[in-house]
Amino acid sequence: MNWILNNTEQTWELTREHLYLSIIPIIAGLVAALVLGLVFGNRRRARSIITTLASAVFTIPSLALFVVLPSILGTQILDPLNVVIALSLYSASLLVRTVFDALDAVPAQVLNAAEAVGYSPIRRRLLIDLPLSLGPLAAGLRVAAVTNVSLVSVGAVIGIGGLGQLFTSGYQRSYPDQILAGIIMILILALLLDRLIAGIARLLTPWLHLSTKETATASASGSEAKK
Amino acid sequence: MITFESVSKTYPGGTQAVENLSLNIATGSFTVLVGPSGCGKTTTMRMINAMVTPTSGRILLDGNDIAEIRPVSLRLGIGYVMQNGGLFPHRSVIDNIATVQRLLGLDKKNARAKAFEAMERVGLDTSLAKRFPAQLSGGQQQRVGVARALAADPPILLMDEPFSAVDPIVRDELQQEVRRLQAEIKKTIVMVTHDIDEALLLGDKIAVMAPGGTLQQYSTPLEILTRPANDFVQSMVSKDRGFRSLSFEPLGQVPSTALPIPGADGLINATTLAPGWALDLGHTTASASWVNESGQRYPVSTPVRRTDTLREALDAILASPVGAALLTDVHGDPTSWITLEDLSPRLAPKLSLEPRA
Repeated sequence: MNWILNNTEQTWELTREHLYLSIIPIIAGLVAALVLGLVFGNRRRARSIITTLASAVFTIPSLALFVVLPSILGTQILDPLNVVIALSLYSASLLVRTVFDALDAVPAQVLNAAEAVGYSPIRRRLLIDLPLSLGPLAAGLRVAAVTNVSLVSVGAVIGIGGLGQLFTSGYQRSYPDQILAGIIMILILALLLDRLIAGIARLLTPWLHLSTKETATASASGSEAKK
Repeated sequence: MITFESVSKTYPGGTQAVENLSLNIATGSFTVLVGPSGCGKTTTMRMINAMVTPTSGRILLDGNDIAEIRPVSLRLGIGYVMQNGGLFPHRSVIDNIATVQRLLGLDKKNARAKAFEAMERVGLDTSLAKRFPAQLSGGQQQRVGVARALAADPPILLMDEPFSAVDPIVRDELQQEVRRLQAEIKKTIVMVTHDIDEALLLGDKIAVMAPGGTLQQYSTPLEILTRPANDFVQSMVSKDRGFRSLSFEPLGQVPSTALPIPGADGLINATTLAPGWALDLGHTTASASWVNESGQRYPVSTPVRRTDTLREALDAILASPVGAALLTDVHGDPTSWITLEDLSPRLAPKLSLEPRA
């Protein structure tokens, strides 16, 4: 704790870098997973290929990916882009499955109704399937976000790791305070990001958070109960 | 006019859902497709809005082959009511109802205004507009489903077992509501049900279908009841068939006994009906009651009008402690009573149940 207070400027800078390195990939991964999910969600073959590929990508050790990517992308070994792209790949792999599952969880009856009243397939995907899958999607996104925050620190080994650099330098200097400071900040960051996503999801899905009171009056005012 | 021309549907795997169906559904009529599960009634209805494509044959809407209309624009012109309402859980009641208008390109404000009108038309309290479907009872959800189908004022309305998931009391209420609505708006309605009573109550025309998707009989409810085309139709309607056929004849000019002048105590002497009984009209027709010797009161639950059916009149007589039903005039004021004797000439089996070849 003292270390953080004595080095606020450095901590702040590393935290900002860490945040940037974790949030960009989450957003990129989410967009990629959503596009893949919405386009291929209904095609069984494409789906199984995508999920297999995703699992394969996720099994590549992060350190290996950080080291290999520059030679594939032609980037400098110390370019933060390597970390961003690697983590985007992980996020997309993690999230694409969630997107498929979330879309599957939308009740068939609702989709049937949407088709029957005159939604075109694209409109239905965007206006019915997508909003209705937000609940489970947010849960998956929270896992991906926290995973990302912790994975960023691995980048420190190749010199780009936000708060992870506190681990490497703390380890080299046998300075546990610095390591502890890194752990504390990463935990805080992960927690904040988790709460932020949960909060946004809640705002976007008011129908999933109806107060029990309102629901109770509704069922009391209607004399009938569902079969 | 909706025309089925030798329509068949075979699902992949060989299940024959509909076999060689030819059917004319008149504009403005209420047609009910009825039959047990697996008779292809739902498939038949879903072919009208191209949710199911026929394997062979054609379906025409006012002479135009629906296969040549873009499915999305076809469906936007056909209201659809589903079992359990089929509402969108993430949209408020008002936005659910405004769905079709929005899809047709109307702006949010005007679409909502139309949706409010539709809410009123189906008897929904507009204070429910901001609720989500999960906050409504089953019956309310079903009303929202009907309002959504009606909001854009489509000429055709398809209803897929709309009342099967609500309890009997609400079902009764909704059925009456749909009858009232149909009298008002005169849409071409096609409804699917497995409940023959519901079909007989609501339909102008009933299409009875049997497993394998074959049409057994297509005619009016009275005709189905009194002259079932074959054993299958007969077995579907056999229960209370004679009694139910009374539902199709109005009471009309049966003889009745004018109410005697009330005595000093305000009671009408009814000893001619049953010794010791009297009738107290009360302040309103609803408060009228039969009174016995010891002063116990039995409310006249349902006064009868001449426009009511024989079945309703008979039921009112049987449900009365003195064996008489109170008859009201056009203003709803009770003027006379009728008894079983008054009704009996009309109860003779005059509905000729013809033998079948």
